Order: sequence, then C-alpha cells, then structure tokens
Amino acid sequence: MNLNTITEVKRPQSADQITQWRPGYAWLAGGTWLFSEPQFGTDTLIDLQGLRWPALTPSASGLEIAATCHIAELFAFSAPPEWRAAPLIRDCCNAFLASFKIWNASTVGGNICMSLPAGPMISLTAALEGVYTLWPRDGAPREVAAVDFVTGDNANILAPGELLRSILLPASALSKRFAFRHASMTKLGRSAALIVGTQGEGDLLLTITAATPRPIQFYFPEMPPATALRRAIDARIPADGYFNDVHGSAAYKRHLTLYFAEQIRAELAAA
Amino acid sequence: MNHTPADQPQPAPTADAPRNGYTINGKLYFAEPQPGQCLRTFLRERGVFGVKKGCDQGDCGACTVWLDGTPVHSCLMPAFRAAGREVTTVEGLAPPDGSLHPVQQAFLGAQAFQCSFCTAGMMMTCAALTDAQKEDMPQALKGNLCRCTGYRAIADAMHGRAEIAEDIAGEACGASVPSPLAHAIVTGEARYTMDVAMEGMLHLKVLRSPHAHARIRAIGRDRAMAVPGVAAIFTWEDVPRRLYSTATHEDHLVDPDDSYMLDNVVRFAGQRVAAVVAETEAAAEAACRLLEVEYEILPAVFDPVAAMAPGAPRIHDERGEERGNIYADIHGEIGSVAEGFASADAVHEMTYSTSRVQHVHLETHGSIAWQGEDGRVHIRTSTQAPFIAKQKLCHLFGLRPSDVHVFTERVGGGFGGKQEMISEDLCLLAALKTGRPVQWEFTREEQFIGATTRHQMTTRVKLGARRDGTLTAIELHVVSNTGAYGGHASETLGASLGGPMTAYRCPNKKAAGYAVYTNMVPGGGFRGYGSSQTAFAIECAIDELARLLGIDPFAMRRKNMILPGDWIESAWNDPSDVDFGSYGLDQCLDFVEGALAKGGGLPKPEGEEWAEGTGVALAMLECGPPTEHRSGAQMRLLPDGSYHLAVGSTEMGNGSITSHRQIAASLLSARADRIAIVNADTDLAPYDTGTFASTGTVVAGQAVRMAAEAMRDSILGFARRHTGADCRLDDNAVICGNERVGLAELYAIGTRAGHHFEAKRKSYLSLRSVAFNVQGIRLAVHRATGEIRILHSVHGADIGRLINPMQCRGQIEGSIAMGIGWALTEQMVYDAEGRMVNPALRNYRIPSYADVPPTEVFFADTYDRIGPLGAKSQGECAINPVAPAIANALADATGVRFPHLPLLPDRIFAKLAPHA
Repeated sequence: MNLNTITEVKRPQSADQITQWRPGYAWLAGGTWLFSEPQFGTDTLIDLQGLRWPALTPSASGLEIAATCHIAELFAFSAPPEWRAAPLIRDCCNAFLASFKIWNASTVGGNICMSLPAGPMISLTAALEGVYTLWPRDGAPREVAAVDFVTGDNANILAPGELLRSILLPASALSKRFAFRHASMTKLGRSAALIVGTQGEGDLLLTITAATPRPIQFYFPEMPPATALRRAIDARIPADGYFNDVHGSAAYKRHLTLYFAEQIRAELAAA
Repeated sequence: MNHTPADQPQPAPTADAPRNGYTINGKLYFAEPQPGQCLRTFLRERGVFGVKKGCDQGDCGACTVWLDGTPVHSCLMPAFRAAGREVTTVEGLAPPDGSLHPVQQAFLGAQAFQCSFCTAGMMMTCAALTDAQKEDMPQALKGNLCRCTGYRAIADAMHGRAEIAEDIAGEACGASVPSPLAHAIVTGEARYTMDVAMEGMLHLKVLRSPHAHARIRAIGRDRAMAVPGVAAIFTWEDVPRRLYSTATHEDHLVDPDDSYMLDNVVRFAGQRVAAVVAETEAAAEAACRLLEVEYEILPAVFDPVAAMAPGAPRIHDERGEERGNIYADIHGEIGSVAEGFASADAVHEMTYSTSRVQHVHLETHGSIAWQGEDGRVHIRTSTQAPFIAKQKLCHLFGLRPSDVHVFTERVGGGFGGKQEMISEDLCLLAALKTGRPVQWEFTREEQFIGATTRHQMTTRVKLGARRDGTLTAIELHVVSNTGAYGGHASETLGASLGGPMTAYRCPNKKAAGYAVYTNMVPGGGFRGYGSSQTAFAIECAIDELARLLGIDPFAMRRKNMILPGDWIESAWNDPSDVDFGSYGLDQCLDFVEGALAKGGGLPKPEGEEWAEGTGVALAMLECGPPTEHRSGAQMRLLPDGSYHLAVGSTEMGNGSITSHRQIAASLLSARADRIAIVNADTDLAPYDTGTFASTGTVVAGQAVRMAAEAMRDSILGFARRHTGADCRLDDNAVICGNERVGLAELYAIGTRAGHHFEAKRKSYLSLRSVAFNVQGIRLAVHRATGEIRILHSVHGADIGRLINPMQCRGQIEGSIAMGIGWALTEQMVYDAEGRMVNPALRNYRIPSYADVPPTEVFFADTYDRIGPLGAKSQGECAINPVAPAIANALADATGVRFPHLPLLPDRIFAKLAPHA
C-alpha cells in the first residue's frame, strides 16, 4: 500500500552515509512488510538496495547470507553435498505463509528483523547456529548468536538504526544431520510450530520456533530419553510461555511442541 | 560543461542521477512517484487499471505484475524501484499481434473466473510459473486468492481443459457459452468500480471509532482542516438527521431505521465517526488522524445472551425500556412438541454455534459520486442493489428520483455484502457539498471492521424420534447476534427458522428466535442468509439422533425428508406461497451416497494417527425471499438486426449477464452473442429490487424470459402481417413460408410502417419453488495435530434445468469453497474491548487453492415448472450443507461431536483421542 507518511527515500551507496539516526527513519530491504501496513511513525525510508551486498557467499567456513539476500535467492542456493542440513533451507522457505512472488522481493534480513515468532528465517538461522553480524550506527560491528537475537514477539536486540549486515551459517552446523517438523492451522499457512533438531556426534540441538515468542534452544551432549526431553522443555517453557495468537492457541502450540520434539528425538536417535 | 552528442550512447545513469523512466507494457513513462508510493497505485495513476487492489497488503495477489519478467505483488513494491525497469501488467501479457497469451486463452477456455477481480493477478502468476512450480499448484498459488470459483476452473485452465461450448442459434439455453465479457476479463479491459479516472477527483476517508460504545462529546477539526489539500470534513453535525437502514430490501420496513449517516453515538469499534475529503488519499488520511474526538465511553456488551439480560447496557435507547436489546423475536409451533418428545424413544439436545465471518469479496466496497452537467447526481458504485441504493439516497438527501443515477459497471463479488448501502451516501454528501467528484474505496481492514458480516448464531436443537427413526418433534431456539445495527436481522432470523426445519416432515415443530443488538460489527446478508447457521445445527443433530438410534445417516434422512406432496412448513400455521416446482432431493441423496461408497478422491494418509470418517448433510432452499422482490427487463431489436437487452439485476460474478442472454437467445432462436446486454443501471435498465436472495434467475431471469417472449411475438406478429405467411425466427432472420427475411431488413420495413420492435415486462416472485443440495464429505483428521484433510467431496444439486451447466457448476463449487472456509478456517477474533484482532487476509484465512479439494458435482434431472425455462435458484444454497457434512464426517472419524465452528486444529485437538 502507499505509505503516505513517507516524505523522503534515502538511497545510500554505503551504510556509512547514514550518519544521523532519528525516530522516523526505517531501513528498507524488500519492503514486503513495510508496505503491507500503514507506517504512521515513519517518514524516511533508507534503501538498502544500493549497498549491493553479495547475496550468498559460500566458503569453507560456511554460508554467509547478506541481510538483503532475497528469499528466492536463498531458496535457489545449491549447497555442496557435505552440507547435509542444507535441505533445511528449502523447508524453512516453504514454511513462509508468503508465496514465491513475495520471495522475489522479501529478504532474509527483513524476516529476521521483523522478529515475528513464526519468521522461518529465524528458525533456519537459529537451528543452524547462525551468527549475525550487526552494524551499529556508531561503534564497531558486533556479532551475536542467532538464537539470542529475537527477544519476543516483534522485538529484538537491535539498537535504533543498527543494521543486520549478514548471517553466517557455520559449515559445522550445515554438515549436521537434521530433522524438521512443522505445522500450521491452515494449509501452507503461517507456522504454529516450527521445530528443528540437528545432530553432530550423538548429541541433539533442538530449536523451537513459532510456538514460542522467541526461539528456544536445547542442547543435549547425548541423545536424551523421551522423558528427559519433555522435562527439559517443560522446565524451560511454562505453559503460558507459548505464543498465543490467531494462528494457534498457546495450549495447542505447547502440545505441538512436545509432540514434534519427541518425533525429532526419536528420528535422530534411530539413525 | 559536460556535453554528450545526441548520436553517442548516453552514459549509464549513476545512482544519484534522476532515474524516472518507467517502461510499462513496452511504453516509456517519465514520472516521479511519491516517496512512499507503491507500484500498484503508480501503475493505476498511469491508467493501467488491470492492476487490482484486493488487499493492498500482499496477501491476495490481485495486483501481481512482472518486474523485468519476475512476478511480484505490486502493492508491496516501492514504486521507485521500478525506475529503469520493465513492468508488465495483464494489459501487456498478450503479444502485440492481437492474439492472446496461452494462459489468457486457457482462462478463457475454462472460464476460470466468476467476478474476475482476481483474474489479472491470477493469470500474471500462472503465466510466470516454471514447469516445476506447475507440478505443485497449491504452493505456487498460495499467494493468489479467489473467493468465487473454488479454484477448480483455475486448475482446469492450468491443465488446458476447456469447457466452453459453441454459441449456436436456438441452442443457447443449456449450453456452456462463455461470459459476454470473457475477452475483456482476460485482457484486463473489464472495468470495475474504481477503474476510472476523473478530472478534479476528491478522495474520501473516514475516521472510525476505536471504541465499541461511546458518545461523541466533541470533534475538534481545526488541525485536520489545516492539512494542505483538505476540502471538507463531515461529522454527525453535518449530515441530515434522518434515520435509515443500510440494508437493502424491496420492503424497507423489514429492516429497522436505526442508523444515521454519521452519529453522535458509536455502537461498535469500527463505526464511522467523521469523513474527510481531500485532494489526495494521503491528505484525507492525515486529516483523519488529526481529528480530535472527545469520547464519553459507554458500557458495552458483546454477547447476545448477556445483552438480553436485565440491566445490560442499552444499545439503542430510543427503542423504549420494554424491548431492551432484543430487536426481533419470532415464535411458532405446529402440533405439540411436548407430546412429540413424550412419544419419542430417543431425544437429542445440544447447543451448536456458528461464527461471524466476512464476505471477502475481492473488490472492496467503493463508490464515486459526482454532479453531472445534466444537473443530476451520478453514483458509480459496487452494489448488488443499485435501485434500492438510489431510493435510500433520495430519502437521505431529499432528492427527486429523476435527479439521481446509480449504476455499476462490473462488480467484483458480493455474496450479500453489497446488499448494503455503506459507501454511496458519504460520497454523495461530499459531492453535493463540494461540487466535485468524490471517490471512496474501502481498505481491506475496513471490510472487516466497518462493513457487515454473517450473523453469529447460537442454536439449541432438540430432536425426538421413534425407534425406527421417525421424527416426533423438532424444537429450535436461536439467538442471533445482529451487532450494533439490525439490518437483515429479522429476515435472517426468519430464514434460520425456515428452510432447515422445513426440510424434515414432522407433525410437531416449535421455534423460538431472538435477534439481539450488541456492540459488535453489524450482521448483514451473506450467502445462505440465516439458513446456513441452523442447517449446521439441525444437520449435525440429525446425525447425532441417528447415531443414538443406530440408524445410518442416509436412511435417517430418507425416513424423514420432505417429499413431493407434503405440506411445506416450518413452525408456522400460515399458508405460504412455496410449492414443489420440481423435486430432486432423492436423486441428490442417492448420488452422494453412491459416490461416497464408490470411493474416489484421495486415500487416507499413511500413519495410524489419521482417523477417517464420512459425513452427509442436506439443505432445502426456498427459491427467492418471502419478502417482496421484483424485476424488469426490456428488449429492443436494433437497426442492424441484433438485440439489446436491459435488465436491472447486478452481475457480480454470479453469471447473470451470461444466463440472461441465454434465456433471451433461446426464446429468440438466436445466438447469444447477438444480444447486447446492459444491467444494474437506474438510467438504462428497468427497476430491479436487487441481486440477492437467489433471485437472479427466478425473478430477473423470469423478467428476461417474458420480455424475450414478447420481443419474439412482436417480431413474428409483424412478420406475419407483412408476409402473410407463418413465420419463425432463425438467428438473424425470420423465415416466413419459403422466404428468409433478415432482421435488419425486417426492422427497416417495420419501422417505416410504424411498428415498434420493443418489449418490456416485469416479474414478481410468487409462487416460489424449492431447491435442494446434498453434500458428502470423506475426510481424515490427524489425532495429534488436529489437521483436517478433505479427501473426497461430492455434491448433489437439484437446481432444475441448467441454463449454463459450466456456470452452474462454478456457482456450486464456489459455494462449497466458501462453506469449507466457514467450517475450517475463518474466524473473526475480537479482544475484550470488542476490537477485531485479525482484520487482514494473512490473519483471517479464506480458502486458498490448497484448501479446496475438487468436488464431484451431480445435477438432479429436474425441470422446474415455476422457474424460467425450468431453472431454479443455484448460487446460494450449496453452501448450507457443507459445514455440517464436514462436522458429521469429523464426528464419524473421531466419535466426538464438535458443535462449534470453525473446526480449527487448536479448537479440536484437546478432545481428539491420543493415538495408540
């Protein structure tokens, strides 16, 4: 929709050109959320497209994803076979409520910075132990673990004007085995629970997303028995700690979480 | 100074250079969009009206265009990003040689559209799909919503299946001829309400109440008026203090006059408080935000049962203490249910409820009003009832009928939502006050919070039967939540106590119904119109009773269903004007039972968590409303020997312009395309009550039949007198004896002789026939996740003779899809203050391609003796058995009765038995 409160679009060639940050500014990546609702508090868009960050940079250390990488580009990424967890990329893209046409415009960073519980790029990068590089407006770049970035529904650790520059998915995580479970109340709809387990050597890293306001991760050095897993989840997430919205009640999401977590445990334990 | 010779290549523009060249469908435009403008409106400002607004939020796909060949939602695309790039819209899809793109051809061949508002975006998406994407259409089309078709016809188009029949003279009726607008639809040329540009247009926006119940103490408008471009602001102090109802019916007395155009009391969150008109939408919006409204918050009540209690907050004070918030109550009894229950071997009693849902016609409400050079006012609008809208506008503004012109061009879906006058009035007010054209287009959010909805109803059903299944008593108690205003409240309540109970023979029936004011968004007309709600309750209850008695659900229905010769009655002793013009319920039940037994559809998914069940439900429809309804049609033979047909009814995807042409063509032994048709225009067509209540065929179609017969008689009468021989029509000629006289020639001869080749007829609705629908469902439910998958859907429809089989099937399929949405996914959620939580399509899920299975549709072999050319109502009733059939299948699968819609996983999972 038209954003009628916008009076200016800045189109920097480099993020450094944005020196002053004030309320009313908003970074514009794909725009697929910004342009989907009125933005009464925003008067200036700062277009990230001119920064021309390379979308995907695979290397021996892993996959670096620019925040401005389109979902369509990520979906099309062809991973080396030793990255056994790479199919998770497509699983998570397909978990978008948004269609492939949105993917042509929307970005990985945009989805992460929206920080909705059901943001599948949060799920993907948290499950694959991603590290985000953040560019504060002043000060040196900093790094943060993906799982620590989102702090609640539509809330994250970004300071005003701070920019998510890139996400590194480490090769070590990409090389793990994984199990993926996902449910939505409607066909191909918004996630009610998106839960991923990865396994290196006999361990289990379980990442719960969509069902909770922020990603919750559990690490077990050894594959736990079913009861221990369930106890651990209940200890960490109280019954009211699940995200209640029109895409699923908290009780339902807890139910799905426990159900899928056990399925993932069993699947990875069996291998 | 930097000088580049003209014959040298221009340097590539740097990022700082002005880059304001936009290539749209091969044509270069130089323009500077507004900084926050999206591509959709930028394109429409250039006159590219094929780009539609369904949601403006990226959810519906109606605005899909290609940017350098890549499909995107233009409502989400910043316009400036299209600079220097090529934009392709539906208008640019076809090759320049005048032929059609293969996808356009496919959509034409399959007639993969009804209202067609989604079609441009649908085609722009389909034409961009890779072969791999085409293998998974549910995924590929999840960003494109169609509210009309149920997607089957779109699937047909994608599979290259064509269905249109050749248009043969004399054989039009019963043939699947295409819509007369089909070519305009697939090329994007068809014009909807907002698809015009006018010099000097002002834009209207309204401020809506954040409170569910409040008195407005004051509205400060100084800051708002100071916004540059604001032309006028209207509050309750500026409008005629004249009560009316926004609901449209022939008899305006069936709806309460309980509304003001703008009021100093708001009774639901979302009610309009003030209107601003300005040079731009942006200025009008900004001014709305600057209005300073002082509200005195009043206590609110949302639940109708609470609203009926003594001491509940009063919604409409002026109605007097005694009646409280109960707007209408209806009671009746035939026989004695007390005796009936006493003689029963089994009794089932349960409370069922159905949810409030929105129509979600893809084209939102909208109107454009202006004063013409002819001194009259003209209102171009999206309505199902232009003639009633005109009457209401005359009433509100004290205008003479001859000074008001209301018309539609093409309407993008209605489903009952546009049986309401909620945008025309303010546009006209502003046009009269400013002297300029004024347009107002609802946002998608406004559709949810400020339009109308299906009435939420809670129904207590009590059924008694003897051991052999014979019903001994039926008792219904219905509470309908009509929300803040009472339009359609008594009529939907009456319907809720009608058809669904009438469908069963039983000597003892009792009904009590209450329509209650609350501080919710108002109820309105919606396909199924009250009957859907109680059909859900009764059809579930019939199954429960059958289960108590150990009787098969089909046998239970056959034992008790209404049969030809039965007296048609619900719980009233009054005689009615309903009769069996035909009867095909038995055929429909037989078909559904047989089709379910035969298998078909998908197998049960793998895994022991999946439970499978089947369900059936039936519905009976009285073809047309019990209230008055009338329609007129007129025909003229034109000098070139073709025909002109004018009919007042509205085309909104229901297909009436197609079927009306067919009715006329068949009576005139002509090809359908020899008949030009205009409709829904108070200047150009005869009066019509409106296109709702299943009247498009049985009332308007009847008027067309009579006018066409009179046209035929006029032509043949003159031809006989002129030639002295017996004559008959043959497409573009009359054959008199051995002589063939072209109609153009006959016209010339006749006109010279003073003959008028024209005819006008009016039709009225009485006697009314009955139609039937039976839905069968086989589904699987996942006991852990609560996911429901419909595996097999079968439907039997008794709608008389099919004037256009393809269209009839499309209407049925669209109804079924809407029923699936109501049953499974759609819910309007409210917070404790009565504000809607999910007024966006991403959070309110209407069925997408993935949600709607194909349905085997069977048509009973019947020919109605009441309806025109043997036809009956077809578009409405098919929705009614869908939700109960799904609920019955779910009960069959799980052994658990879920009596409340929708059957969303988070509402059912807790009661599903854990898997072994």
